[in-house]
Amino acid sequence: MNFEFSEEQTMLRDSVARFIQDNYDFDTRRTIAESANAINSNYWQTFAELGWLSLPFDEAYGGFSGNAVDTMLLMEEFGKGLVLEPFLATVILFGGMLQKSGDAALQEQWIPKIIDGSCQGALAATERQSRYEFTDIATTAKPDGDSYVLNGEKVVVLNGFNADQLIVSARTAGEQSDSRGISLFLLAADSAGVERLGYRMMDGQLVANLVFKNVSVPASQLLGELHGGYGLLKSTLLDAKLALSAEAVGVMEALNAKTLEYTKTRKQFGVPIGSFQALQHRMVDTFMACEQTRSLLYRAVCAVTDQKEEAEAEVHALAVMVARAGKLIGSEATQLHGGMGLTDELDVTHYAKRLMMINATFGNGDYHQAKFNALRYSA
Amino acid sequence: MDTSFSAEDIAFRDEVRSFFAEAYDDELRARLATPATFKDALIEWQKRLFKKGWIAPGWPPEFGGTGWNATQKFIYETERSAAAVQDVLPFGLQMVGPVIYTFGTDEQKQRFLPRILASEDWWCQGYSEPDSGSDLASLKTRAVLDGDHYVVNGAKIWTTYAQYADWIFCLVRTSTEGKKQQGISFLLIDMRSPGIKVNPIVSIDGKHSLNEVEFNDVRVPVANRIGEQDQGWTYAKALLAHERTAIAAVADTQRKLREVRQFATIEVNAGERLIDNPMFQKRLSDIEIELMALEFTELRVLASVASGGAPGAESSLLKIKGTELQQAVQELRMDIAAHYQGLLPSELSSEQIGHSFANDARLDYMYGRAATIYGGSNEIQKNIIAKAVLGL
Repeated sequence: MNFEFSEEQTMLRDSVARFIQDNYDFDTRRTIAESANAINSNYWQTFAELGWLSLPFDEAYGGFSGNAVDTMLLMEEFGKGLVLEPFLATVILFGGMLQKSGDAALQEQWIPKIIDGSCQGALAATERQSRYEFTDIATTAKPDGDSYVLNGEKVVVLNGFNADQLIVSARTAGEQSDSRGISLFLLAADSAGVERLGYRMMDGQLVANLVFKNVSVPASQLLGELHGGYGLLKSTLLDAKLALSAEAVGVMEALNAKTLEYTKTRKQFGVPIGSFQALQHRMVDTFMACEQTRSLLYRAVCAVTDQKEEAEAEVHALAVMVARAGKLIGSEATQLHGGMGLTDELDVTHYAKRLMMINATFGNGDYHQAKFNALRYSA
Repeated sequence: MDTSFSAEDIAFRDEVRSFFAEAYDDELRARLATPATFKDALIEWQKRLFKKGWIAPGWPPEFGGTGWNATQKFIYETERSAAAVQDVLPFGLQMVGPVIYTFGTDEQKQRFLPRILASEDWWCQGYSEPDSGSDLASLKTRAVLDGDHYVVNGAKIWTTYAQYADWIFCLVRTSTEGKKQQGISFLLIDMRSPGIKVNPIVSIDGKHSLNEVEFNDVRVPVANRIGEQDQGWTYAKALLAHERTAIAAVADTQRKLREVRQFATIEVNAGERLIDNPMFQKRLSDIEIELMALEFTELRVLASVASGGAPGAESSLLKIKGTELQQAVQELRMDIAAHYQGLLPSELSSEQIGHSFANDARLDYMYGRAATIYGGSNEIQKNIIAKAVLGL
């Protein structure tokens, strides 16, 4: 039993932390968020050069063969800097699904390009009516000779505006919310018949709605089994929630540190406001919430790394805790900063918004609690 | 104990209802919702209310109030909220107006009150300073007497709509002797005075309603001082309790909760309507039950004010609970927006994006964070209850 990181892992964490320290101050981050593509392409190349984009991939394709602990360390540091570059979308969602699919031809074609930074990806899985239920799919793929024809729409697709390649979930059989009958297709984002509508979210992300009108995709682009995409989708989205939770812990830690510092320096009634016991207790509550979340994060990461049976429930539990602690920490940071906590200028506001958006990505607290309850109490 | 409405009350309710239906038309709604036309539209709405004689329900009839009893005021506010009718700007009508008719000279009353009632002047409030938030009495903006003028230097912050204002009412320091609450004076300052500079602050919702207002050797006639020099804190305090009562906004929260309930009947997750989901129902009823209680707490305060009492420390209770519930409803609405949560305005239509209220939910939620901070933060309200009610 130990909670220490290997030398390699410590080096990875320090390297990410150093990059953010040197290149990701808040003004720079704001400039990136407001730019046309809401990412810095030079930084993305740097990520590639530093080997971060190779993290979870097999050595056979030039990857680092890292595990969930490595991803966690990187995401946590990204959280501290509110990094906007599409690691989650490209490496965890697009690349992760590719890796799990076992499709050697597509892996060979795309993983090296993810690793060298020349291919950005996106997973197009959510629809306007779907909320957090990824099985709710109205987009269809109909066989047509050696191809499939895609029709439908995906919404709020992370990195959907910038991505070069997409993986799209579509219904090939069954009813709208059935888990059976989901198939996954890999296609170029600029394929004929794909329309992209980009828009921005409050945490600085540029997302997109993707409209598919009679988009022809060769059968060789089918990822995994026909009708059998459910397992791949579910496990990739759990990985994403785990990675997002690690990012959330980084955000929480940064936010608590900033709020604590403020309560020590802001003076009212002639003393630092941190000297008031009522506020001290609240700072203790936010501190404990962050530590508890970190504990569940480690627990879930270990379960996933060891491929334990209970891993799924543990990720759901973590997501519930991230929602709860994130709400507490975000709102206390805003409240304790008083009027300053309401300005767009202060970074605190943006950390709080990111925590909200993490909660709203791939299932909020209520959604994951219902899944946890079903696994634990209904089965 | 009798909380039922009389026949006269019902008749009054119907009159209010039909007036809103007629006077607050769709065209006005659209203009109020557009930043570029907001100011003019709001002034126009206030002028319609003035013409009807309903602009200042809280004022004594001799100064232009309606003479309504507590029940009528409650009915008016409930109907206003239910019809989603924008409340009047509080700064002139609910804040400085009552201070002027209570503590001002006859000349001040004649000069300012008619223009406030007719919405000829747009007022803003100059209380908070960069270093004086919850500890308002520590304010440092100085006013030094120079003949028949004060010379004002300093800065006010979080000043809502200062960019539109004709006048600002300010707390300024005229003496540093004695307790910090002493030595504060209440001044009415023309925003066109030389030496005033308004700096915009972009808030958490990405919009501009807040400002910093700088004063550099601004000359203010002594005749614009309310009451005695150094006694401004007393006048301001009387006003704060009214502000807190208004902030509770119980009826508005009830309307928003009804909207949330309506949205939840439309949103479907995996074949189940959100409103049928037990976890969602619990969150909804947790809020609704608190709100049912707060509605009656507010009625009790209104009734006590009507029978001669002033809203005192119990207004702090209204403010704390009222703002907590506002935020709870805003959060629920964000949750209903689900994966669309956090959407910013764009050139795309709601039909293209696939969602109708996510941007409104975000604006409401984000700016709603201010409610537990302004008007004296909720932490300060708890101090007031501890001291004034519990004797701690």
